[in-house]
Amino acid sequence: MSTASPQAPTVAVETPFQRLRSQFLENRLATFGLILLALIIVPSVLAPWVAPQNPFDIGKLDIFESQLPPGSVSESLGITYWLGTDGQGRDVLSAILYGMRTSLIVAFVSVTGSLLIGATIGLTAAYFGGKVDALLMRIVDLQLSFPAILLALILLSVLGQGIDKVIIALIVVQWAYFARTARGTALVERNREYVQAARCLALSPQRIIFRHMLPNCMPPLIVIATIDLAHAIAAEATLSYLGIGVPVTQPSLGMLIANGFEFMLSGQYWISFFPGIALALIIVAINLVGDHLRDILNPRSAQ
Amino acid sequence: MIGTNSARAQAAENLLSIKGLKTHFATRAGVVKAVDGVDIELAKGEILGLVGESGSGKSITGFSILGLIDPPGRVVSGSMTYNGKDLTALNEEGWRQLRGGDIAMIFQDPSMTLNPVLRIDAQMIEAMQAHANVNRAQAYARAREVLVMVGIPSPDERLRSYPHELSGGMRQRIAIAIALMNKPGLIIADEPTTALDVSIQGQIIHEMKKLCRQVGTALIWVTHDLAVVAGLADRIAVMYAGRIVELGTTEEIIENPRHPYTKGLIDSVPSRSTRGSRLHQIPGMTPSLLNLPQGCAFRERCAYAVAACGDEPLNTIEPDGRAYRCWNPLGGPRP
Amino acid sequence: MLLFIINRLIQAAGAVVVMSMLVFIGLYLIGDPTAMLVSPEANDLERAAVRQAFGLDQPIWMQYLTFVGNAARGDFGRSFLTGQPAMQLILERMPATIEMVVVAIGFAVLVGVPLGMLAGLRPKAASSKAVMTVSILGFSLPTFWIGLMLIMFFSVYLGLLPSSGRGSTVSVGGLSLSVLTPDGWRHLILPALTLGLAKAALIIRVTRAATREVLPMDYIKFARAKGVRPRRVVGVHLLRNILIPIVTVTGLEFGQAVAFAVVTETVFAWPGMGKLLIDSIIILDRPVVVAYLVLMVFFLIMLNLVVDILYMAIDPTAREKVRD
Repeated sequence: MSTASPQAPTVAVETPFQRLRSQFLENRLATFGLILLALIIVPSVLAPWVAPQNPFDIGKLDIFESQLPPGSVSESLGITYWLGTDGQGRDVLSAILYGMRTSLIVAFVSVTGSLLIGATIGLTAAYFGGKVDALLMRIVDLQLSFPAILLALILLSVLGQGIDKVIIALIVVQWAYFARTARGTALVERNREYVQAARCLALSPQRIIFRHMLPNCMPPLIVIATIDLAHAIAAEATLSYLGIGVPVTQPSLGMLIANGFEFMLSGQYWISFFPGIALALIIVAINLVGDHLRDILNPRSAQ
Repeated sequence: MIGTNSARAQAAENLLSIKGLKTHFATRAGVVKAVDGVDIELAKGEILGLVGESGSGKSITGFSILGLIDPPGRVVSGSMTYNGKDLTALNEEGWRQLRGGDIAMIFQDPSMTLNPVLRIDAQMIEAMQAHANVNRAQAYARAREVLVMVGIPSPDERLRSYPHELSGGMRQRIAIAIALMNKPGLIIADEPTTALDVSIQGQIIHEMKKLCRQVGTALIWVTHDLAVVAGLADRIAVMYAGRIVELGTTEEIIENPRHPYTKGLIDSVPSRSTRGSRLHQIPGMTPSLLNLPQGCAFRERCAYAVAACGDEPLNTIEPDGRAYRCWNPLGGPRP
Repeated sequence: MLLFIINRLIQAAGAVVVMSMLVFIGLYLIGDPTAMLVSPEANDLERAAVRQAFGLDQPIWMQYLTFVGNAARGDFGRSFLTGQPAMQLILERMPATIEMVVVAIGFAVLVGVPLGMLAGLRPKAASSKAVMTVSILGFSLPTFWIGLMLIMFFSVYLGLLPSSGRGSTVSVGGLSLSVLTPDGWRHLILPALTLGLAKAALIIRVTRAATREVLPMDYIKFARAKGVRPRRVVGVHLLRNILIPIVTVTGLEFGQAVAFAVVTETVFAWPGMGKLLIDSIIILDRPVVVAYLVLMVFFLIMLNLVVDILYMAIDPTAREKVRD
């Protein structure tokens, strides 16, 4: 079995993107995942405009309406707490929308950062080979053999709290996956005619790596990035749950869940439960989409 | 061995009788008719060479006889009887008892057929214990015995080895020994010498012939190399695109091929008489079995093709059992 | 074989040195340890005195050597909180963690290998697809989330199992264990299940992939052609081969699970070394963090060695390569 994918004959009327789209929509589960993803992302990004309440504006909260069960109607604010309120009288639905927003920002930025750094290092290793390759891959192996959660914990204990710190920690623990994948793909690409041709033209390594090889290495990297979004969201939630992630002023889903934990034991399940469900839904949706994307973009599994 | 009397009388005492065997593979692109109407009659102790290019369906025929066709493949029709037993009526346990007991098989690549993590003794003993109610010591003794039969020196040491510690030729001998464990009536050998060095090839072929004659085991030797079976087989069946296109005694097939494809195969074998001249090559490629056109599958590559070849060629069976599927056979049609 | 182990031990020693440097740089140089040691109101003179007392005025390589020298004697300083030696604190908590991880991994293997084989043997069956879908969830949902859901269902809703603590323990040779008392088991089940589910999902995927890879091999077909019973084909020919990746992955995941116990122990207030680490990080009890890290690095490297040796025990071709 050759790892090189034969160039699929393109049907004249379809662009590659259209083909990808129609292939994608063939799978009902993946389409469902995509719709679910949109249903979560859109209101979260628009949270300041669509949320019933700004949960971080102390002036808009009614402390006397704390720990209300789902469906309660606020007497002072005139809104319905569809998912109940938390210990400070915050509308849980609004808190989820804002928290999801934070989670998504952290995930997107950290995955993009990891992708860029990892791809650069992986392509560099593959392009130059030899000692450069051996050294870089040794670092990748070392990094991957050390438990990611510990690395992130230690980094955050040194760096302190903050969204930017969490992003840095997540990039540090994730770049190696991208580096390894990029290298694997690039090793195949390096021997293709177009790279040889570019070398014969005496183009600079930077130009060959970024302008010629990178675009051809993108499909597997995009698949990893998609699924890694779910990992990043889960990792951020875990760190925040442990109390060393995002600051209290900008709670993400993980922190909302942690805050509701003690109430849960006394039966007020909704404060933790609904953020937990939101977290699970986004992770499931991303996985459904990512899994199918991998099936489509990976020529080996397409057979 | 070769019956010159009527085919019917012969069939009654035949060891293996296959009629109209069709094995098809349902793929996404369509149905691949790997084996499409194959008839084989095999007498006790007879050696049949099943010759064809890769993709002609010869290996699939072998696997079909043992019920080892995995999905998406399936034996869609045809009858198979072994020693009077209807194979198509067998259940899973019946098949299991047949395999390795009545009919054994030897595979092509000896580096792949032995389980890399099990010692040779375990792999031989289990072959016997699957069929006979014997204890380990008895099975071990038999394993040792057959290893000596196939010419393996210091069998006890070999039995304690792992496959990767042995050479390719040694491994194939062990595979042959495993096939002989339960004294089967028939061995199907699927290109067993292709992956070996030429020097070892000759030895193995020679020993295999000797062993089969000695034990009285029938043998179907599947190969793409006509030269290999020329010195081994009693009869040769030539397969092309899922069908047997010519059948006859080894001597007749080699000396007097009727089908142009058989002649092509013979001409492409290097020999003393062709030394110095260019080797003949059959033009074109094996056709895709996905959508075979009507008529003779070989006609696109055939120098003797005539207009009639657009129709399905009939199987001409001569009184002596010689058969071929061709509208324009070499040497002209016999009266 | 012995040569191989010696060789690997030398490599392991090298890895410990490299990791100790990283830990040292990470924790001693980034951020000023003086800030940890003196009160914020201290003046420059007092700071300088502290720096001198702790050797922080020495050149970096001297500081590193002092750190290594102390570390070699097991001296990582005393906890800021309790004043006990940091390493001793951790070692006291270690049995609880290891106990939970062993049960979790045991569960993961017992569940994961059969389900993974099932999914690999019948990839098109509805049950296999269901197993794979659930395994994606187990694989990608965060551990703490699974723990919370288990607490919500088994502790809060059903009131069956306790949600925190270790329960009664029995001391065996100086180690206190929960697995020996019924009450200990009741406390152990949920944390171990939480940790084990994610690992089971991973083992399912590894087993399935290995099964799919081994199944089309000639030696499986040859075993069938020998008439070997299906149970033996699967239970011996297939299993012995897929065991190679399974053992490797399970061994390495054991280390990951010890690290991930940090999360599980926090959720279930399980008094292991992971909980200690989190508490120490939050109150900035640096000696304990350093001691934990060094211990963990040492543990992971040893684990790698054990996995390599196990790997050779089950893969005869690997033994050959080592001999060459």
